[in-house]
Amino acid sequence: MDLGWYLVVSALIFCIGAGGVLTRRNPLVILLCLELMLNAANLALIAFSRMHGNADGQIFALIVMVVAACEVAVGLGLIVAIFRRKLPIDVDELKELQG
Amino acid sequence: MSTTTWGWLVLAFPLAGTIIIGLGHKRLARGPAGAIGTLAILLAFASAVASLVSLQDHEENARQLTSSLWDYAVTGSVDARLAILVDPLSVFMMLVVTGVSTLIHLYSISYMKSDRGNARYFAYLNFFVFSMLVLVLAANFLLLIVGWAFVGAASYLLISFWYRRDTATKAGIKAFVINVVGDVGLVLGTFFILRHSGTLDFLGTFHAVEEGAFASHDGALVAGCLLLLVGAFAKSAQLPLHTWLPDAMEGPTPVSSLIHAATMVTAGVYLISRMHPLFEAAPAAANVGAIVGCATLFVAGTIALTQTDIKRVIAYSTMSQIGYMIMGVSAGAYAAGMFHLMTHAFFKALLFMAAGSIIGAMAGAQSLDKMSGFKRSMPFTFGCFVVGGLALSGVPPFSGFFSKDEILAMVGAREGWFTVLYVVGYVGAFLTGIYTWRMIFRAFFNRPCEEAVELEHGHIAHAEYPTNPANGEREDTDVGFPGPEHVIAERAMPMKVAMGLLAVGATILGVLQIPFVTEVVTNFLEPTFEDSKYVHLHASDGMIWLGMVLGTVLALAGIAIAHFIWVRKPGTSAALQARFSGLHRFLVNKWYFDELIDFLVVRPWAALGTFCRTWFERAVVDGVFVGGATGVVRAGSAAVRAIQTGFLRYYAALLLLGGGAVVLYFLIASS
Repeated sequence: MDLGWYLVVSALIFCIGAGGVLTRRNPLVILLCLELMLNAANLALIAFSRMHGNADGQIFALIVMVVAACEVAVGLGLIVAIFRRKLPIDVDELKELQG
Repeated sequence: MSTTTWGWLVLAFPLAGTIIIGLGHKRLARGPAGAIGTLAILLAFASAVASLVSLQDHEENARQLTSSLWDYAVTGSVDARLAILVDPLSVFMMLVVTGVSTLIHLYSISYMKSDRGNARYFAYLNFFVFSMLVLVLAANFLLLIVGWAFVGAASYLLISFWYRRDTATKAGIKAFVINVVGDVGLVLGTFFILRHSGTLDFLGTFHAVEEGAFASHDGALVAGCLLLLVGAFAKSAQLPLHTWLPDAMEGPTPVSSLIHAATMVTAGVYLISRMHPLFEAAPAAANVGAIVGCATLFVAGTIALTQTDIKRVIAYSTMSQIGYMIMGVSAGAYAAGMFHLMTHAFFKALLFMAAGSIIGAMAGAQSLDKMSGFKRSMPFTFGCFVVGGLALSGVPPFSGFFSKDEILAMVGAREGWFTVLYVVGYVGAFLTGIYTWRMIFRAFFNRPCEEAVELEHGHIAHAEYPTNPANGEREDTDVGFPGPEHVIAERAMPMKVAMGLLAVGATILGVLQIPFVTEVVTNFLEPTFEDSKYVHLHASDGMIWLGMVLGTVLALAGIAIAHFIWVRKPGTSAALQARFSGLHRFLVNKWYFDELIDFLVVRPWAALGTFCRTWFERAVVDGVFVGGATGVVRAGSAAVRAIQTGFLRYYAALLLLGGGAVVLYFLIASS
């Protein structure tokens, strides 16, 4: 199959994820959308890896997964902390750091 | 020891005195401070005598010795060395400065005994002598400027010595500011000269002038010499930079005697003599010096006729006498000028000391209006005053007669328009007789005043409470004001000794330079001035005789007139004041020089200052610079702060936009 289709799917998923990050207010959903974006990138990496015929892209994808796992761990930890302090689970309400 | 070693020792003793008294002022106050100070200066005087003796061992044409202790900075065009020049001129000045200073220190031991700032006083006084010696011993312009500025600082410290007196601190500031004007002139003049001569060293500069370094830069030399003259005028209180000297009388009387009569104010005369090769190469500048000196001697003489503060009268007579010296050395009569400098140092220091004694008897009051009839109660002071007065007004055989007439004869010998200066000089001599003897007749003759009567009964008058003689304000006797005790020469041995020695000097020093008989000073100074083009300038015999007769007659006529006005017919003075009230007011107001300077310089500068403070400072500095900078920062931070909404989505969107922009850029760049 042509490489272009993989990239189209990847771009589509990335855009869905980015749109979710920008529009949703629930941190859980935002984290999910971030996962979408990362996996879209993974898809593109693996597609390129196949095209070039070497394993570099796949290794990158593995590393991205590791990073994603870490990020989710931190993100979920933050959400739990927010919940414990009885703060609203809504990113728009958490804007005390504004200038 | 070599001659220059003695020269260095002359500098070392007063410096050591300053440091010892300055560091130990708490322990040394009252007693030892004065003794240490006097001893330091006495040792310096002994070293000066030793250097004189060892200088005489040298060949006549090898009597200009320099010695450098170390180099500050010696590069291509600047050779700044810590070097002294010992030649007849500097030895002469050293002897005058240290000799008179020793006696004045001795006098001060008694005069300042009860002052709470006694140790501080002697530390300052030693520092002054050290500075003055640096000035006269300097072998290059740099050290000269250092000494010049030190002397100004010492003068400031001593004028403002009674620092709780408002009038004294103001007078100190005035003196310092005017002296700094002179310092600036001196520094700028040095630059003008250094630029073409290529050396700071005096002898090197004179050599360069002789070689023609200024042949095609005549203007630079004249400008340099005129700027040097500005320095000389400020230090020597010549028109129009003289207004600080009368005000400087706020300082203690021995200070007036030492600094503002005998030594510091003669620095300008010394400067012109020292720089004579430059001034002879720039006759325009020398002529300016002669004219200003002549104008000063006349103006100061007329002002002295009407002043009522005894110290101010003597101050104006100092100005007048220095006018003679400046006129003389500018006209080429170097030896005569230096000789007058020496005799003047003696008789003027003597007059000030005697005035200090009267002020003591008057319990601090200085106005001639209050004094009268001290002749019987203070015979010693009276004698000293008369000797000083006779020397000052130029009555033979006192010293002032020989020195002043020699200057005038030499000026007359220049002929041409110098004849005008010659005539004005004799008019000044006539005025000198009147104002000097006006002072003596008013203070010592006629019916004794209360204080004099009290003194005849054996008590020195004490005021109910001490006051400032300048404005009558009430004072106490704590530190920063004069001490409680008043001292007169009759009861204080050190004062008596100092005044006695000076009186002897003022009487007999004329023998050094009796026309047709002796010329000790001229011969001694010849190695310094032998390259002068006026070295063979001599007044004709007829002129010398005419001068001597004229000088004697004018001085005696002045004394006779003073006697007539203030003793024979005491009402004459008031009648004259009423008759010439306009002229009297003009002279009492000192030719309105203070007002003129106030109008021409002080007021415009004050207005500029006010303008800068109210407008420039507020609108430009506060508004544009400070306000502009904070405005930029504030606007910038407001813009940046607006982005920090705290909404996560904006940050994410910006991140995306930025990432997208970078990707786009690379896409476009690669295609």
